[in-house]
Order: sequence, then structure tokens, then C-alpha cells
Amino acid sequence: MRASLLLVLLATTPAAASPPGASSCSGCHGAPGGAVPSLAGHSADDIAASLAAFRSGARPATVMNRIAKGFSDDESQAIAAWIAGGGQ
Amino acid sequence: MTRLGRRAVLAGLAAAALPRPALPRPALAQGARGRVVVVGGGFGGATAARVLHRAGLAVTLVEPAETYWACPFSNEVIAGLRPMSAQAFGYDALRASGVTLARTSAEAIDGAARRVRLADGTALDYDRLILSPGIALRFDALPGYDAAAAEVMPHAWKAGAQTELLARQLAALPEGGTVVLSVPGNPYRCPPGPYERASLIAHYLKTRKPRAKLIVLDAKDTFSKQKLFQQAWAALYPGILDYVPLAAGGQVTSVDATAMTVATDFETYKADLACIIPPQRAAPIASAAGVADRSGWCPIDPVTFESRLVPGIHVVGDAAIAGAMPKSAFAANAQGKVCAEAVIDLLAGRAPEAPKLINTCYSLVAPGYGISVAGVYHPANGVLADVEGAGGTSPVDAPETVRRQEAVYAEDWYRTITAAVFG
Ligand SMILES: Cc1cc2nc3c(=O)[nH]c(=O)nc-3n(C[C@H](O)[C@H](O)[C@H](O)COP(=O)(O)OP(=O)(O)OC[C@H]3O[C@@H](n4cnc5c(N)ncnc54)[C@H](O)[C@@H]3O)c2cc1C
Repeated sequence: MRASLLLVLLATTPAAASPPGASSCSGCHGAPGGAVPSLAGHSADDIAASLAAFRSGARPATVMNRIAKGFSDDESQAIAAWIAGGGQ
Repeated sequence: MTRLGRRAVLAGLAAAALPRPALPRPALAQGARGRVVVVGGGFGGATAARVLHRAGLAVTLVEPAETYWACPFSNEVIAGLRPMSAQAFGYDALRASGVTLARTSAEAIDGAARRVRLADGTALDYDRLILSPGIALRFDALPGYDAAAAEVMPHAWKAGAQTELLARQLAALPEGGTVVLSVPGNPYRCPPGPYERASLIAHYLKTRKPRAKLIVLDAKDTFSKQKLFQQAWAALYPGILDYVPLAAGGQVTSVDATAMTVATDFETYKADLACIIPPQRAAPIASAAGVADRSGWCPIDPVTFESRLVPGIHVVGDAAIAGAMPKSAFAANAQGKVCAEAVIDLLAGRAPEAPKLINTCYSLVAPGYGISVAGVYHPANGVLADVEGAGGTSPVDAPETVRRQEAVYAEDWYRTITAAVFG
């Protein structure tokens, strides 16, 4: 029931809104080949795990640890799913 | 299922069932309910137009210029480190993607009738309008500094001819000459920009005119990335860059473009080259539309970026009062995306969810020496506020490798964002 409702919504509205924060990522993360890693082709699990590691400090970074701290685990997972699904 | 969970599933479903390129043009794109006009084809407006078009909405982007001259990295052009051609972007790709461009400027906006009058004599009706017109330099704020004075003492705060003028003046600076740089109080476009400019001018003097000096006169005492800038200045430019904050009499109170003098309440500086960054306000179309308040900037709702003063008009980028978010190209781009999605929601009769936005601004204090400030923002108490615990600047004690890496990331950010907006 819920799933079919969602599909109807998807079919009649212009675009699925991105989860909070997600649309900002493409400010830095673009096509492959640059110094800033591209997110294209990464799975949602990969991206969510990276965000968690940036947040905890387990993965060193220049700006990403400062940015990842602005998102909860749920928010990070929603962002990861959206990006892995082709959102930009 | 939680809200976030539902969103994640929604994103997953969208990915599985409807791969992006195959998205059918939704019915909503046709008809009166979906007409959106975007005014200003800079980082905010061109971004918003792209998102709206991609979603299938009828969108017209109003922009008079055929070439957009980007400000980020223009301080490098001034210091002779980069050609001006690296700042030029056009609208061909946007046009080719199907966005309708009106190559003229918006002259008046009737918020009640929801109609924009264009300089070419035509008019556009809209259901929602997004305004990203950038700034106007205030030529009424600093005695002696008007448009004519700016041809002698450039601001170079809108990229283009002014950038090239300042670059030429710097190249022609006499040996042992004095450069004066005047920095305004808040708010203004690109909070760390004047200090990046000071750094790169000092670098130019150090390497090309070693007996010359730079005096920075500031109308405030604290500024963006201050510790990092001042640490770098002490290390790289001692005896070259003299920083005078407000507390030490740094506020410029008048200039004389004929005598080439810059005055504070305490001293009059004779300059061989004067770069005056004057106070600013939202571009004139904002007040013509009635969306600018007495400060000269535009108050907005932090969820939708809709004007607090005129319904149906949304304001993004430098013109908006975006709370804790700085006036940056990164922020304008992030706001353009969030605002476009909110407009899509509103046109579909849905209430937009509270967004989060990110900003990252790099500055170069010398070639290969980059520093950054980042922030995450969300609506709180009616404004865009910092998300506590996130953001901040590069560490003061970072090793040289990090500075070098941030300089590389800065360049890569510019390549990516300009490709996303204009490519
Ligand atoms: C020296 C300098 C360095 C900077 N460095 C950085 C940096 O490193 N990183 C960063 O993120 N930001 C940087 N910035 C800031 C950045 O340039 C601005 O924040 C950004 O351009 C704002 O985008 P905008 O869309 O609000 O306005 P703009 O980019 O100024 O675009 C406004 C557009 O609207 C058009 N327009 C105006 N009025 C009308 C009208 N009536 N009708 C139709 N069109 C109209 C104009 O022609 C223009 O094309 C820098 C700025 C300066 C000055």
C-alpha cells in the first residue's frame, strides 16, 4: 500500500526531493578524475561508511570530517542512498 | 517508518524503478502551475534553472551577459598567477540542455501580478520567481568613492574589466610603491576574499617588487580564517603586509581618487595603487521587486528561500540574508539547488522539508598554500543557523602537506562547480 502510494507520487511529481544536505555534495564531488574523489559508482553502504568514519575521525580528511559532523547517522544514510541512486 | 527511513526508501525506489535519464516528463511541467522564471545567471541562478529544467518544469533564465566572469580565483588573476580567460564561462551548454534563456535584464517585477518586465520590452508571467542577482557596489557609502573613482581605484569585486584593471595597475606599480587595500564591514560578498587578495598581492610584491608595501585598512577587527591568514602573513610576508584593524584606526572614511589618497579618522595614506572594496547591497532588481529591506539585502524563509516581503519571489545567493551562511559561490550553488527543490514541492502542493546546506570556502595565501572554512547549516528560529559541532577552519598547526593539498582541492572545487553550473 505504502509502496504503491510512493510510486504514484513519484510518477506525478517532477522530482524526488533530495534528503537534507545531499544536494550540496556536488559542489565539490564531480566527475571522476579530479583531486576530490568522485562519488559516482560508489554503493550507498560505502558512502555511509565513509561519512561515519569521517564523523568519528577514524578516517583522516581536510574538510570532510568538519562536514560529516553536521549529519546524524540516519541523515548520512539517506544522503548515501540518494547519491548512490544517481542524485546530484 | 521514520521520515528519514521513508526518504531513503524513496531514493532507493527512484534509483531502482526509474533511472534518472529515463524519467518521464511529468504532467506538472505543462500548464500555468509550473512557470518558473529565474533572474540572474550566476552561481545561484544558473544552478536553480538547471535543477528546475531537469525536473521537467518550464523555466526561463533571464541574464543579459553572454559571458559570465567568475569571481572565485580572480585574486590569482590580479596577482598574475592565472589568465583572465580561466574566469570566463558561457551559457551555450545551459541553452543546449534545453533551458530557455532570455538574454536581457529584468527591469521590474510586479509581485502581485506575478509578472517580470524585461529590458527588451517583453514580459514574463510566473508562478514562482527565483532571484539570484548578486550584489551592487554602493557608490553612496564612502565619500569620494563613486563609479568614476572606481576606474582609478578599482574594487575588482565584480569580476571582469575591474579585475583586469587591478591586475594591470599592480603590474605597473613602481618599485618601492605603496598599495592600499580597503576592506568593508560585514556583510559583503566573500568574507575571506579581501584577505586572500591581500595575501596574493603580498606574494606578488615579495616576488616581483620586493621594496613595495601593502597596507590593509579594515573596517572590522575580526574576520574569516583570521588566525590562519595572520599566521601565514607573519611567516610569508613580514615587512611587506601591514594589517590595520578597526581598533588601530583601519576604517576608511573617505578617498580622493585625484590625489590618490585614502583617509581614516587618524591618518591619510598616499597610495600608488588603491584597491577599494566598498560596502555592498543586493543588486538593484531586488529593491525594484520590493524584496530588499532597509539593510539593502533580502530577508528570506530559511526552508524555501521565499522572500519575507513578497510572496512568490525566492531569493538565493549573495542578495539573500542567509543567516550564518556566507555570501559565497559555494553557498549560492547549494542554495540554488535547495530553493529549486522547494519551488518544485510548492508547485506540486507539497510542503518542503527543512533542508540542510553545506558551504566550503578555500583561500590561497600563496601558490600551493590553501586554507579552508566549512560549515553545515539548517533552519533554526527562522534563520539559517550553524549546525552545532560541525564546520570550522583548517587546523592552525597543520603540516605543509595539508596546505598543499587544500590548494589542490581549491582548484578542483573551482573546476567541478563551474562545470556543474555552466558545463
Ligand atoms: C575576489 C572574489 C573571490 C571570491 N572567491 C570565492 C571562492 O573562492 N569561493 C566561493 O565560494 N565564492 C567566492 N567568491 C564569491 C562569489 O563570487 C559569489 O558569492 C557568487 O558569485 C554569488 O553568486 P550569485 O548567483 O549570488 O551572484 P552572481 O554570481 O554575481 O550572479 C548574478 C548574476 O545576475 C545577473 N543579474 C543582475 N541583475 C540582473 C537583472 N536585473 N536581470 C537579469 N540578470 C541580472 C548578473 O549579470 C550576474 O550574472 C568570491 C568573490 C570575489 C569578489
